[in-house]
Amino acid sequence: MSAVPVETAAPIIPRRSPAAATRVAFNALLLRDAVVLRKTLREFIPRTLLQPFLLVFVFTYVFPKIGQGVGGASGESQFSTILVAGVVALAIMFQGIQTVALPMVQEFGYTREIEDRVLAPLPIWLVAVQKAVWGALASLLSALLVFPIAAVVPATPVHLTIDWPVLLTLTPLCCYMCGALGLFFGTRFEPRTVPMLFGIIVIPITFLGAIYYPWQSLEPIRWLQILVLANPLVYMCEGFRAALTDSPHMSLWVVYPVLVGFSALFTWQGIKGFTRRVVS
Amino acid sequence: MAAPEIQPGAEVIRTEALTKVYPGNIRAVDELDLSVRQGEIYGLLGPNGAGKTTTAGMLTTRVIPTSGRALVGGIDVVAHPVAAKQVIGVVPQTNTLDRSLSVYENLYFHGRFFGMNARTAKAEATMRLDQFRLADRATQPVAALSGGMAQRLMVARAIMHRPTTIFLDEPTAGLDPQSRLALWEVLGELHREGQTILLTTHYMEEADQLCDRLAIIDHGRLLALGTPEELKASTGADTIVTVQAVADELDRLAEVLGREVPGVQQATRVDHSVVLQVRGADRVVPQVFAAAERVDVDITDVSVAEPSLETVFINLTGKDLRE
Repeated sequence: MSAVPVETAAPIIPRRSPAAATRVAFNALLLRDAVVLRKTLREFIPRTLLQPFLLVFVFTYVFPKIGQGVGGASGESQFSTILVAGVVALAIMFQGIQTVALPMVQEFGYTREIEDRVLAPLPIWLVAVQKAVWGALASLLSALLVFPIAAVVPATPVHLTIDWPVLLTLTPLCCYMCGALGLFFGTRFEPRTVPMLFGIIVIPITFLGAIYYPWQSLEPIRWLQILVLANPLVYMCEGFRAALTDSPHMSLWVVYPVLVGFSALFTWQGIKGFTRRVVS
Repeated sequence: MAAPEIQPGAEVIRTEALTKVYPGNIRAVDELDLSVRQGEIYGLLGPNGAGKTTTAGMLTTRVIPTSGRALVGGIDVVAHPVAAKQVIGVVPQTNTLDRSLSVYENLYFHGRFFGMNARTAKAEATMRLDQFRLADRATQPVAALSGGMAQRLMVARAIMHRPTTIFLDEPTAGLDPQSRLALWEVLGELHREGQTILLTTHYMEEADQLCDRLAIIDHGRLLALGTPEELKASTGADTIVTVQAVADELDRLAEVLGREVPGVQQATRVDHSVVLQVRGADRVVPQVFAAAERVDVDITDVSVAEPSLETVFINLTGKDLRE
């Protein structure tokens, strides 16, 4: 054994304070994600646009043209108007899950790339939150891409009445919630179980998410009306109905607190799952 | 951007009774005390499952110790992980390169994560690509790299932010011999520049070739510490004779050879052979055959070598390093 006395070095002072290092690293992680998005724009755009386009095209162009109207007695034009909110909300939710959850499942499962990201000089919980924030930005981008489709494609006129204060506060909130949802799913699913994420979770969320009808109109099926209250997409669609149209919608006094609550829940659970998978 | 100044020979890594107990009361690391000095290549040598990776994990903030302390550059890595992460560089066991980015971008963004502005990150990334002979691969996706090149890129990434210490976890596991030599060369260059390096390995040749000092670890405990030469000298033997014979005769053979061959200090049965540690004896091989013949054991093979770290490990644990 070596017994040479060792002088203890003075503590090394890192170049930046933890707060400054964290801020810089957080922004650099966002920049990295933006560069990756730019590289994959050719996949991003069709992936984002195709589903909303088909939805709007079939329900509000094809159906009215072939005389198979949807929307009951209230009329086709009103249906197109109702669908605008649903299509935008759906695009945001899909993007949040696709942008955050799918790569994260890969990075945890096969490539372990996440281990390097975790060594960047910021707290691990913020590495997780950064992913949710990135998901929010990508969701916002897809909402901007999809909105014109929902407003222009329908064969019947879409009556938009934009409530700007609601739109400008609700959109970021919905985008963040979906980024956080993506984070939550990304930490709970494995490559093997991803098909289940779509088959068992995303499909019911979208079909029962008040995309095609206002939540109030479920009144005749009371049990379903109550059951779907567990679905975050319902509040998004209802909120966008309030922000974009004159259609009847759920009270904003319910929509906002519930969306904030879901955001907090998914962020908390997402951080918990993330930390558990990278730190032992 | 100069590396933080530390006196050569001063302590940069310190662990005090560092312990990690995993659920199920598995003591992966058990009261480990380590002290690594500025500028040395320090090896944690031990078989798989000895606790090397867990130790490296605790020093690099990815494993939370159950008890004890871990300091890098005087920074408590558990209490101040963000500060600690700024002064360490890590090359993990698996390829964690960013598959979505090119070779160059992997370095560029690493620099950005660690606070370099765009211009500095660009210049540093370009410089490292040259240094690690990866410049002609700059624009390729990292998936196109061979194992050896990927490993070099991970080393380049780990040192890019000028950390005080770099940690390499089994850096040459799974590399072909040529890539292994190339990586040893890279680490040697960094060592000459004064970089402190802590590596874990279960290859004794690697430990012997590269490390200034070695900590031999098994079951999470420190068994021996010293330079490779000191450790080898500690066996007291100058020749190692490995004898192979029919399996069910090995225990008897070990006993006979230990008793009858002059100069044998220790005769140990290890797997399918008997290992003799011999000091100051001439013509030891004929003596081995003669002794075996007297007790009617057929020897199938004999080899003679100098003491190695393997010998040290066998002395310490009664088993060899290859699991």
